[in-house]
Amino acid sequence: MVAPTVRVQVEDFDVAAEEALLTRGRRDIGAVVAFTGLCRDEDGALAALELEHYPGMAEEEIARVAGTALARWPLAGLTIIHRYGKISPGDRIVLTLVAARHRAEAFSAAEFMMDYLKTRAPFWKKTHRVDGAQGDWIEAKAEDEAAAARWATKSSDPAQ
Amino acid sequence: MKAVYFAWVRERIGLAEEEIAPPDSVKTVGQLVDWLAARGDGYAVAFASRKSVRAALDKTHVNAQTPIAAAREIAFFPPMTGG
Repeated sequence: MVAPTVRVQVEDFDVAAEEALLTRGRRDIGAVVAFTGLCRDEDGALAALELEHYPGMAEEEIARVAGTALARWPLAGLTIIHRYGKISPGDRIVLTLVAARHRAEAFSAAEFMMDYLKTRAPFWKKTHRVDGAQGDWIEAKAEDEAAAARWATKSSDPAQ
Repeated sequence: MKAVYFAWVRERIGLAEEEIAPPDSVKTVGQLVDWLAARGDGYAVAFASRKSVRAALDKTHVNAQTPIAAAREIAFFPPMTGG
């Protein structure tokens, strides 16, 4: 039984250190897929992002999504770190690390995790603009819903 | 029960959280939204587009048809944009 590591924090994270933690002492892991989400500057228009989250539910919902991934693919380990607070262009926002025996399930599970996090984990991004104009809340994209929906199967819909 | 609000729902209502005491006739999440929307201008604006507001009961996603039952905390927020 693999227990996922889930952290919701203000602080930055170290991708290499997290990967080392995930694989420490293991000889059965053949693949680690790492996804890091960064804050874009939107062609120079964005000064910063402010990430709001729902404390408690954010951790619980990420853990639920992780549990679905673990039930669906034979994984050896899973780490998800999501930051909140003010984040500047170039800074890291989110990390998903998936360890498995083989790369296919690691790639699939990492993509699944990110698609589901986007639409189910309670985080919201507000923009701060370089020109000082009033920033606004980023709107959810239909393509993110579509990306999550494509993982649904008749027998095991993770959204249920 | 405790109501908590996030992102633009919080900004439009002007509160991060509050204690609410809906009448017994309010049985579902959708009925609670209708009741809240009638409480004042900020609430009316926050819930103007019912489709754009999501809800969670005791930190689990729910829909408008979900009974409130004995939930301790209800949250309202826009569609999520993390990741």
